[in-house]
Amino acid sequence: MTRQRAAIAWGVLGVVAIMVIWEVYKFLGPAEGFVVGAITGQTGSGVMLLPRTNDRAMPHIWEMVARLFQSTSGGDTPPLIVPVVTAGLLTLGIAAVGWLIGVSVGALLGLVMQRWRLAEWGLLPWIVVSQTVPLIAFAPIVNSIGTQIDRGGTPWPQWLSVALIASYLAFFPVAVGVLRGLEAPDRIHLDLMRTYAAGYWPTLLRLRLPAAVPHLLPALRLAAASAVVGAVVAEVSIGMRGGIGRMLIQLAGQGSSDPAAPWGPTFGSIALGLVAAGSVALIGFGLKNYRRGEATA
Amino acid sequence: MRHSTRRGLTVTSVAAIAAIALSACTAPATDTSTDSGDFEPITDISLQLQWLPQAQFAGYYVALDQGYFEEEGFDNVDIIPSGGDIVPQDALVAGDVDFAVAWVPKVLGTLEATGAELTDIAQVYQKSGTLQVSFKGDGLTDVADFEGKRIGSWGFGNEWEIFAAMAADGLDASSVSITTQDFSMNALLDGDVDAAQAMTYNEWAQILEVVNPTTGKLYQPEDFDVVSYEDTDGAMLQDAIWADTARLDDPAYADAAVRFLKAVTKGWIFARDNPEEAASITYNAAINAEAAFPVGPVHQTWQMNEVNKLIWAGGDFGVIDASAWSKTIKGALAAVNQDGINLITGEPATSAYSNKYIETALAELADEGVVVDGEYAPIDVVLTEGGQ
Repeated sequence: MTRQRAAIAWGVLGVVAIMVIWEVYKFLGPAEGFVVGAITGQTGSGVMLLPRTNDRAMPHIWEMVARLFQSTSGGDTPPLIVPVVTAGLLTLGIAAVGWLIGVSVGALLGLVMQRWRLAEWGLLPWIVVSQTVPLIAFAPIVNSIGTQIDRGGTPWPQWLSVALIASYLAFFPVAVGVLRGLEAPDRIHLDLMRTYAAGYWPTLLRLRLPAAVPHLLPALRLAAASAVVGAVVAEVSIGMRGGIGRMLIQLAGQGSSDPAAPWGPTFGSIALGLVAAGSVALIGFGLKNYRRGEATA
Repeated sequence: MRHSTRRGLTVTSVAAIAAIALSACTAPATDTSTDSGDFEPITDISLQLQWLPQAQFAGYYVALDQGYFEEEGFDNVDIIPSGGDIVPQDALVAGDVDFAVAWVPKVLGTLEATGAELTDIAQVYQKSGTLQVSFKGDGLTDVADFEGKRIGSWGFGNEWEIFAAMAADGLDASSVSITTQDFSMNALLDGDVDAAQAMTYNEWAQILEVVNPTTGKLYQPEDFDVVSYEDTDGAMLQDAIWADTARLDDPAYADAAVRFLKAVTKGWIFARDNPEEAASITYNAAINAEAAFPVGPVHQTWQMNEVNKLIWAGGDFGVIDASAWSKTIKGALAAVNQDGINLITGEPATSAYSNKYIETALAELADEGVVVDGEYAPIDVVLTEGGQ
């Protein structure tokens, strides 16, 4: 119990520390940033080493929080926090679809790679390489392939493209985690199973899968966080409306005259990542018996 | 016992995630109306906008709100916003919508690139609303002053007037540093560009909704130098209503086009005569639209006022001025962007515009006693911080 309280205290302390650093830097830092190598008369030259601290670049924390409770678009529109939550839930749902797809594909790949060494040699390098493809290049391709399929009959919904892109990020940690997890049992335990004349499936079910749990849980958490990031970025790059990523871009377009507004959806997406990782932690709670010596994510 | 509780929890949490996942699966319904062969009047149509609901499109929302579409025999008019996800001319070519609002140069580029055929049936905006804004004292009062400067541009096809105007002054991307700016005005305010692109009805207002740190009051127009592309050789026609050229041979579609233009004309006339009410109709449509997040009501009134100035240039509503059209083509042929790419390399087909439909619509309206031309008397809009 005390450990839990300590964890909460540290968490709160971390958030407070970030807030203090933000305000202290805003107070002390140069309003127009610190640029080296600028050539006089040539706008935009040089490299900015310290970011700007003016109110457009860094609104005060209290302004950002207060903005959440002011009307979204003036008049009697609901406070900003309402559309932030609605948009957040939509993105969360899409990220969850992406997470499910990613986890299924990742787990399957992990199983296949563990079963056949040749598959591991052949697939693993590609799986690693797949994560180096920039998402903003990849997202429009997925979407345009999707809309081409659409012309047949049932239209391809945009959110499915977003979910697929989210799954593209989510499957990676799961594939690697499952592979490492299934290979985790000690030689001696595998040998014991062999003396029982247990085949592949009983070994998998009774030994490898339980042993994989400590590797699997952090992988699932990473996948959840990645799915959220993937969903937000994909929304932005394919222009899907309704989600939190698109909302962020739209409000940023009005950022000169209303600089605190884009921070609403920014906080929303942070909350989203926490909720996603937290939901996965619930799964871990149910699998507590298998969680000895869990690897940290 | 404790074991099974935990397992139950696992199952519940997985189920919860699956439930969230499934709830996201309800796709918005999209249906497009199609005509039914013979000359049965079309009653359901859809219009694709090029951006989210705002006073830039007030005429269409007013026509919807005031029942002008019903008066012209339409039961169902679907106005579809775009958040950059839908390119209006592409949606029209694909047959997803019946009409589309888009800038002329953007459509000309698409027509040449794809070989598709669309027709400009009404030129809603007679003038260009694009500006290049710089701080007073930086000496950027004319396109010729761009030389050696860092000029902001949005891209996405919004940049061609800049290149056309520069070409007329013998400048290109090698003598002017062109940089992509976002839709906020921070690039200018932070000094990242010497001059930023702005529309009279949107970003120009946004910059005037910002507090000037030296005076503690909002920025004033006198604080800036403004190059209006309307006054340059780069001026191009902007918001126009486009129809599918091939479908115009179908008498039912041609008839729908005329009736549609009649309703739209009445909508814009209402917006001319009641700018504040039209702005508030549009604002209400915008705040009820899905995920539009418009800027506040004051900003919409400003936009309505500026948009009216672009529409009511003295002539009849929506008629395509041949000289403005050929100026647009000339500019489009001359413009080369920073990647060395031309917007178009040849003249567009003669079917790319037609005054036939708008003139029929205006004649019918004139018979009904509607005044279809005229000047707009601008109102004074006092901007507030943040436009709320």
